[in-house]
Parts: sequence; C-alpha cells; structure tokens
Amino acid sequence: MRQRNRVLGWTVMPLFLLACGAFTIYYFVENPGGAMAARLLIYPNVFKLIQQHVLLVVVSSLLAIATALPLGILISRPRFRTLGLVVENVVNVAQTVPSLAVLALAFTFLGWGFNTAVFALWCYSLLPILRNTYAGIRSVSPSILEAARGMGMTPGHILGRIELPLATPIIMGGIRTAVVINVGTATLATFIAGGGLGDLIVTGIGVRRTELILAGAILSAVLAILLDHLLSQAEAEFG
Amino acid sequence: MSFWEFFITRLDRVWALTLEHAWLILVAVAIAIAVGVLVGVLITYSRPAAHGALYFCQVMMTVPSLAMLGLLLPLFGIGFTTGVIALTLYSLLPIVRNTYLGIREINPAVIEAARGMGMRELSILRRIKLPMAFSVIMAGIRTATVMVVGIGAIAYCIGAGGLGEFIFRGISQYNKDLIVIGAVCISLLAILADFLLKRTEKRLSFRS
Repeated sequence: MRQRNRVLGWTVMPLFLLACGAFTIYYFVENPGGAMAARLLIYPNVFKLIQQHVLLVVVSSLLAIATALPLGILISRPRFRTLGLVVENVVNVAQTVPSLAVLALAFTFLGWGFNTAVFALWCYSLLPILRNTYAGIRSVSPSILEAARGMGMTPGHILGRIELPLATPIIMGGIRTAVVINVGTATLATFIAGGGLGDLIVTGIGVRRTELILAGAILSAVLAILLDHLLSQAEAEFG
Repeated sequence: MSFWEFFITRLDRVWALTLEHAWLILVAVAIAIAVGVLVGVLITYSRPAAHGALYFCQVMMTVPSLAMLGLLLPLFGIGFTTGVIALTLYSLLPIVRNTYLGIREINPAVIEAARGMGMRELSILRRIKLPMAFSVIMAGIRTATVMVVGIGAIAYCIGAGGLGEFIFRGISQYNKDLIVIGAVCISLLAILADFLLKRTEKRLSFRS
C-alpha cells in the first residue's frame, strides 16, 4: 500500500499537474482574446517566462541551501551557543518583513533585473533553512550525543553520522518552506523587472486582460503546487 | 532631506494607510477565524473529510499570492473585497489545521468521561473541546495573522489599499525612504498584531 502510494506520488500527480500546465498554455495561446494579449501569449514568450521563473527559484534556492546549511551547522556548535540564540530571535523578527519589501529594498541597492531578484529571493529563503537546521541539530537528544562521545566518536563523526541524519526531516521541512516561499516571491520579481510569470499577471492587471492574468496565475500556481508536491514526496522518501 | 524629515512630512499618510492595512487584515482574519474554526471542528468527525480539507488548505497556501489575487480578480473585480477574500484563503490553513490538531490531541478519556456524565455533543464541544484546544487554535490564528499582514502589501496592486502603496510607489519613484517606511510599518504591524493576540490569549485562558 505504502509502496503503491509512493509510486503514485512520483508519477500520477506530477503528470496530472504537467498536463494542467500544458493545457493552460495551449488554451490561452490559442484563445488569447484580443490583439494586445495575443502579442504576449505566444509559445516562445510563455516558455521563456516559465524558464525565467524556474531559474529564479532554482538558483536562489540552491544558493540559499549552500549558505544556510553550513551556517546553521556552525551556529549549532556549542562554542557559538549565544550566537545561535541571537540568530533565532533575529530570524523571528526578520520573518515579519514582507517578501515584497525585501525585493524592493534589494532593488534600491542593486537596481533592476534578474540578478537583484535572485539576491532578494536568496536573502528571504535563507531564514527558514537556517532556523530549521539549527533547530533540527539542537533537537538531537543529549543522551545520544553522550553515548556517541562515550563510544569514542570524533566531533566530525558525530555531526556526519548522528546529528545531521537525525535532523534531516526538520532540515528538509525548512528547505520545502523556503522553496515554496521562493516560488511565490518569484511572481513578484516582475515589479523590479526580474522576469518570470508575474510579468503576465501584472501586465494583465495593467491592461485589463483577463486572459493574461489567468494564464500567468494558473501557470505559476501549477508550478508552485508541482514543486511543493515533489518536495513533500522527497521529504517522505529521505526524511 | 533626511529620512526622519521625510517620514514626518508623511506622517498622516502613514497613519491613514496603517489603519487601512489593519482594517483589511482584521476583516480577513475575522472571517478566516469564523470559517476556519467551524471547518476545523467539523472535520474532526470524519477522517476523509479532514484529509480533503487539509489538503485543500495546503494547496491554497502554496499558490503564489500574486497568482491568487490574479485568479480572484476576474471573479470579484478590483478593490477591497478581492483583497479580503485572498487573505482569508491564505489564513485558513493554519487556523483549520490547528483547530483540528488541537481537538484531536485531547485525551480521549476526558471526552469519554464527559460523555459518561451525560453531556451532549454540543456542550462537550463548548465546555471541553474548545477550551482545551484554545492555546493551539490561538497559535494558528497568530501564525495566520503575521503571514497575512505581509501578503496584504501585495493586495495594493489590485486596489485593496494598505501599506503596499509605499512599497509600490517607492519602486516606481526609485525612492528608498518610501520603501523603508512601508517595510518597517508592515513589520511593526505584524509584530504588534502578534503581541496583542498573545495578550488576548493569556487573558482569555486565565478566565476559563
């Protein structure tokens, strides 16, 4: 039963979502509803926007994982105990800053464009990964660590063989949260000329063309649900 | 002009927009609490319904906020209503999930005892289940509120008003001060809302 659910989760649901996406693209490109929308709703343009969107999310998420994971491990070391507490509190407050504001602030320093958007997404998605890495490692029971030390394991071994494996579910949860936030924030990248599917939505709102709004909204929603589903699947597999 | 001078010349606008933003959040969260707690309570009686409802809320939460506003725009038009509906949909998941979990985690022996004393389902709900799940439900409401204050900034672009105006103006005028004012006001509003809800929770749970 469990095996079957796993196989279904990796095949049926993603295929269904991909089919939804493909149908949306087909439908709106064939029925753009007016000359204005028809100019934007052509296959090359739609695919370019999807590609930009995915690139925004993937690049910023990978960068965030690459920086937040080592940082989280570092601040969970006993030596940096106080630093860990400080970071935890800072993260809690920083989390109340809206994603739109982070994009806007990055824009005032770095100007328009794709790179600024990647930088803002990276900043914003650092926090959940950092917090969960720290919390996950701290949640390992001290008696387990004591036992490992008693068996003569070095700190490096303890980290690699005990702390990280035990913290994996929590760290994966943080990564999933970060990616979902990034997919959502990537739609806002359009406001600072960062590209992505938000272009269609915002242009659509500006020129009042429902077809443009719906095409952008449905595609970015499908993309978000697809990525979230794949990550939850991966979480169940490796967590 | 320094940042503070700039801020002070705009003080009345800051105040007006903060109130507008707070009102948007208040209406959305109030509706979300009414609907969310009701749904959360109802789905404790049926496991398949619970899976369905929680999955639905999870999907709602995954949809990017700009996309959600875009999807609702053709249905409800430009303005406050669309903003409220979008924010309500976002705040449902934490509230529904926490109501459900809060009630599910009550020791079954307590409910059994209440039933044995001849209490009816409604009074069990009112006198035992909801008070015992109260702190978990409140935690959900707080999560929802803090999240929705941030998303409220985006609702400006469909004409729902609020502090998003500062950020969007700041981008189009390349004005850092405006963006900082918007960001700080929104963060402070979120922190304040969280603080007030925490106070309310303490006061109410003391009484029960």
